[in-house]
Amino acid sequence: MAEKHSPLAQFEIKTLVPLEFGGIDASFTNSSLFMVATVVVVSLFLILAMRRAALVPGRWQSMAELSYVFVANVMKDTVGSEGRKYFPFIFTVFMFILFGNLLGMLPYSFTFTSHIIVTFTIAAVIFIGVTMIALAKHKMHFFSFFMPPGVPMLLAPLLVPIEIISYLSRPISLSVRLFANMLAGHTLLKVFAGFIVSLGVFGIAPWAFVVALTGLEIVIAFLQAFVFTMLTCLYLNDALHLH
Amino acid sequence: MPQLDVTTFVPQIVWLVISFTAMFLVMWKVCVPRIGGALEARQKKIEQNLERAADLKAEAEAAVETYEKALAEARATAHEEIAKVQADLKAKQDAEEAKLSQSLQAKIKEGEAAIDKALQDALAGLDAMAADVAQAACERLTGDAPDAGAVNKAVADAAKARQA
Repeated sequence: MAEKHSPLAQFEIKTLVPLEFGGIDASFTNSSLFMVATVVVVSLFLILAMRRAALVPGRWQSMAELSYVFVANVMKDTVGSEGRKYFPFIFTVFMFILFGNLLGMLPYSFTFTSHIIVTFTIAAVIFIGVTMIALAKHKMHFFSFFMPPGVPMLLAPLLVPIEIISYLSRPISLSVRLFANMLAGHTLLKVFAGFIVSLGVFGIAPWAFVVALTGLEIVIAFLQAFVFTMLTCLYLNDALHLH
Repeated sequence: MPQLDVTTFVPQIVWLVISFTAMFLVMWKVCVPRIGGALEARQKKIEQNLERAADLKAEAEAAVETYEKALAEARATAHEEIAKVQADLKAKQDAEEAKLSQSLQAKIKEGEAAIDKALQDALAGLDAMAADVAQAACERLTGDAPDAGAVNKAVADAAKARQA
């Protein structure tokens, strides 16, 4: 019983359908369910909204176009026109994280972005992909990235390791930022929600707090999706233009 | 903390890869081209309309220019016409006036001639009348009639003396 009411209970992975392929555990869990739900919701939203693409957009088409234009503007501001061909990927990252966060705000749902392994996998794929793009574009010249121009050679032994560490920590900071935000927000909501019943009449205070916090969490869902996308774009910009 | 349960890592990664790849394919092949196409079509349409508006504006300006030119021409023609009509009228009036004054002059001359003649006639009659009066006066005073020729001569002399 106490285990059930733990603020962390909401993050538990529950296997719904046990599956295994070639020795790999591919069980369909509640996390998988919400990932698939996110894909379905986003795809349906965008496809249905654009089903009858009109010159003067309706409500749904406006929202679909708004999300497209939003990501396109973030990309244009950070990467420039050179990043155009990476747009579908960046757009997918944004919509996947945004809808993952938002679906997680529904009561009794599961937030897969609150799992470090999920956010870290996305961040690692981005990190490896971006590094490969940089190596393919600049070949060995890419390693000059770790030696900022205009720095005296004397500082190189100190600066280069720092730059390398900072570069390697990118996927960690990127994934931990999203994971920690989701974890903290949902835990806080659960903790305060637990007070509502136990305080009786005075439960109105934590109840009001939870209402306000829910609003804040929805803002954070947007904000973290935006920050994740923005940083991905910045890394892509570094890969394409080095300094 | 459930997040650190390593046994859940593999199935989560597997399903993340599956769902993310599926979503990427849908976005890449369906959604992004569709939305991008709609936005592009709108942009194109707006540009076309702006172009057409510019064309129409140029046309309207040309029409205004033509109209103003025509108006100026019409005004000039009208002025010319008015001047011509005025000159014509003036010439006609002058001719009429000249004709009128000529005929008036002729009538005045005629009148003057008539007056002159009447005066002469009257003056001629006056001599005869004066002679008659003088003869009658002499007859009454003296009792006998003087010679008509002498009377006439005396009257003519007296008239001459008075005129002189």
